[in-house]
Amino acid sequence: MPLPFERPIEDLEAKIRDMRSYAAEQRIDLDEEIRLLETRLERLKVQTFADLSRWERVQVARAPGRPTGLDYVHSLFGGFQELHGDRTLGDDPAVVTGLARFDGRTVVVVAQQKGRDTKENIHRNFGMSHPSGYRKAMRMFDLADRFGHPVVTLIDTPGAYPGIAAEEQGQAWVIAESIRRMSRLRVPAVSVVIGEGGSGGALAIGVANRVLILENATYSVISPESCAAILWRDAAEAPKAAEALKLTARDLAELDVVDRVIEEPIGGAHKDPAAAMRSVGAALREELAALASEDPEALRRARHDRFRRLGRYVELDAVA
Amino acid sequence: MALERWFRRSRPTRSDDDPSPAGLWLKCEACSAQIYKKDLVAAAYLCPECGHHYRMPVEARIASLADEGSFERWSGRLGPADPLAFHDTEAYPDRMKRVQEKQGRPDAILTGAATLHDEPVALVVMDFFFAGGSMGSVVGEEIARAAERAADEDRSLVAITASGGARMQEGALSLMQLAKTTVALEGLAERRLPYVSVLTDPTTGGVTASFATLGDLIFAEPRALICFAGPRVIQQTIKQDLPEGFQRAEFLLKKGMLDDVVPRPRLKATLARSLRLLRGRAPVAADLAEEEVESTHAASV
Repeated sequence: MPLPFERPIEDLEAKIRDMRSYAAEQRIDLDEEIRLLETRLERLKVQTFADLSRWERVQVARAPGRPTGLDYVHSLFGGFQELHGDRTLGDDPAVVTGLARFDGRTVVVVAQQKGRDTKENIHRNFGMSHPSGYRKAMRMFDLADRFGHPVVTLIDTPGAYPGIAAEEQGQAWVIAESIRRMSRLRVPAVSVVIGEGGSGGALAIGVANRVLILENATYSVISPESCAAILWRDAAEAPKAAEALKLTARDLAELDVVDRVIEEPIGGAHKDPAAAMRSVGAALREELAALASEDPEALRRARHDRFRRLGRYVELDAVA
Repeated sequence: MALERWFRRSRPTRSDDDPSPAGLWLKCEACSAQIYKKDLVAAAYLCPECGHHYRMPVEARIASLADEGSFERWSGRLGPADPLAFHDTEAYPDRMKRVQEKQGRPDAILTGAATLHDEPVALVVMDFFFAGGSMGSVVGEEIARAAERAADEDRSLVAITASGGARMQEGALSLMQLAKTTVALEGLAERRLPYVSVLTDPTTGGVTASFATLGDLIFAEPRALICFAGPRVIQQTIKQDLPEGFQRAEFLLKKGMLDDVVPRPRLKATLARSLRLLRGRAPVAADLAEEEVESTHAASV
């Protein structure tokens, strides 16, 4: 099902398809007309996606068919060995972790996983981790440190799961601890926000040396719906909240929250998953190569300093 | 969610939150007794009848912990910027200005140096009455600076938390304060200096999911709401009633998430004793006193 703003594009695509089949049936030459329409289609796509509102980008970030963590893992990494379980409570399917090969080196992968259909979404809890998922991630951080392998995390979650068991098992405690453990890594760490970066549940695996984000992905302190429910007392005001929260890739680059924006194919990653995955692969390759020669303590220090600096405030003495 | 309640109110009805101003009497929210407000304030914001712990203004908190005359303020030179040009029903700078005037400080935190029974500490106290104690760039930066200065000055760090979570009006920058406050604690760990957090009502969201739960020791006040997701959010998600006492300090103690639940009259002695023990020193007589704050019924708390 197309997103609302995709409808004119889909209509035009349908028109071109019809014209093609009509030309074939009637054995007439409509090549010129078709070429004109195709040019118009390209222009429409470029225009539409250049002008997307922040709320529309939220919808692209959540679009069905958008490549998920496992899609990236399988297309970009070789020899993936999934590793399960937190050694305490169980195995959280909302986070997939393991070892893999990438660009001639072993990497430790931590990927938040949404479902690709309803059944998988239920299994994956819509990408919302319990404490067990963060414990599993921390186990991976330890493993990476012990063997000196870089960490790659793929962020895609509406947030950490707000449930009874999650709270009883210390959701806040594990997020805090995961932030700390990741910040202490003495190996390169690169995070890519591939879809939704939902608050603390995303940051828990986002304390990387380099934080990358796909062009139409979002990263926010709160979902637009929840923000709207609090500030406008109406979740239906989510589009306003999305505007106010400045949660798009470009916004976040301006705020220094992310280091690099990865372009998506025209029409969004869900329209051409293979192209999106190639772009992410190319960016990851560059980032990991650049970090490979850094010494362990410098990597930890640089990550510490990167996050220590974040924030905007006013020195009151200077103003007075 | 506490922060939600704060924002819902167009004009905060103070009697709900800060029990000190407005009116001479109040009805205890726990035991319904009529309390003379002066008695409440004199008793460190404990109900003189039932010992119920009211939320405490920052200055009163510091007075209840720091040795007399020992507190030296560090914070106050940083004010909030408006990095998102955030506007909901009101522009963020206007909202801040109003709250700054009400609370008499630039943001939701007060930090400084003090001694607790002569034990040198850095104190970080969050102000829940300032925008729900929400953590934006200033709160994060003040905590980070206090933690770093404590490490430089060979002080333990004590954080008294009270917060609705990360401040929405500074967007992802508020979220990043979770990581900032976390990394700023490293200097204390490297120098083997203790960091103790005291979670008070309410401590929620991004504050709980960062420095608040990273204490070497974590204490909480009786009945304090401590959570990642607020009860209302959970109820809306799972559409079930929540268990009795869910997300309260005593519940979390049972679940193994806290080192202890400490009634306010014992907090200072508990902190001083624990800090000294962690630093390999013998507690002094004052640390062993169970009663710190004069309160008629404090012993029964």
